Amino acid sequence: MKLPEARGPLSAQVIELLEAEPGGGRSAPHPDAGADALADEDFHLALWMLYELHYRGFEDVPDHEWDPALVALRVELEGRFEAELRVGTADFVRDALGSSDDLVEQIRAVIDAVEGPSLARYLQREATRAEVLDFLMQRSLYHLKESDPHAFVVPRIDGRAKVALAELQYDEYGGGRPDRLHSQLYADALEACGFDHRYGAYVDQVPGHTLAVNNVMSLFGLNRRLRGAALGHLAAFESTSSVPCRRIAGGVERVGLPDVVAAYFHEHVEADSVHEQVALRDICGGLVADNPALRDDVLFGVAACLYLDVLAARALLGTWERDRLRDDVDEQVA
Amino acid sequence: MRGGEQWRAISRTGEDVALEPCGDGPVLARHADAVIDPDGVAHPVTRPVVALCACGKSQRRPWCDSTHKSIPQAAPAR
Repeated sequence: MKLPEARGPLSAQVIELLEAEPGGGRSAPHPDAGADALADEDFHLALWMLYELHYRGFEDVPDHEWDPALVALRVELEGRFEAELRVGTADFVRDALGSSDDLVEQIRAVIDAVEGPSLARYLQREATRAEVLDFLMQRSLYHLKESDPHAFVVPRIDGRAKVALAELQYDEYGGGRPDRLHSQLYADALEACGFDHRYGAYVDQVPGHTLAVNNVMSLFGLNRRLRGAALGHLAAFESTSSVPCRRIAGGVERVGLPDVVAAYFHEHVEADSVHEQVALRDICGGLVADNPALRDDVLFGVAACLYLDVLAARALLGTWERDRLRDDVDEQVA
Repeated sequence: MRGGEQWRAISRTGEDVALEPCGDGPVLARHADAVIDPDGVAHPVTRPVVALCACGKSQRRPWCDSTHKSIPQAAPAR
């Protein structure tokens, strides 16, 4: 993929560093201390680009994956992002720890406690065709690298949790069939809608909240110390997917998009009913049974996933509402 | 097992199919090659693990589709 467009001074500086040759004793830029580390688009685009160096990278720049100046900046941005997430989710984690001694019950307590609007229900019943398409475009940033962030955790764990994570990922990665790779199913859906289905094609179009939803997975996946949070995040993601995917499939069918789009979501109704149980019981359960000290971080990962999802859903629904009101005004004026 | 007893998970090699009940949810089956329904119809297994419907309400039986989450749970026995 090509480098994205800058969204502010920090992402502009990162682009400048990426375009230069690595090394040379350059120092990293310092982010604006006032930026919202949960949503600011300049902050999160900068972090997203730094993470992307560890995935497919950018085709039009030199290889910077382990450039010390960029790794230092990444660590600084990660520190601020993680600190904000810890503050925002502390009550959910504390309350869940007090609610039960059973990990699965504690994870469910966090899921029940983090409340927000149902994007899936809106897509099912009310969204316009343009809004469903906007949703599919925004989701492409993740679904074209579906399951990749959590794959970084495999070499960092052992035993039952490792076996179960590999099992889940084998399913995500097509179960031995390249045409069933979930990222390929999503690319097929995008193509059927007339979208560009190439990896990262819409990074310039997604808001800061969506970048944050993507970045949290890389934050957890790329830091060994946060492996508990990575697997908690996975459990939350899988546990809140099956029923919403059925609703989204209904919305996709209601607005008349091609069958291959609904098929992607129907596949996840079934797959994620399996993955939820595997992630809760075998992956998180196995991890915490072997490493009791990771329990709090598992719950932190659950809460962080849902907390950022709620912020992103509110922002997206708010944008669509403003666009509708503006269209109404335009119609009245016309 | 609630409604799940109607399914029979089998493996081609005769290896034991590992069954893991999940509370109010489905039953996970590992090492299965097919699931036989009450009418004797074989449903091939294409995943490393499958979740078998145990509430009887799934629209994709024998596979779980998480419909059990919409069913009110009975109050715990006193």
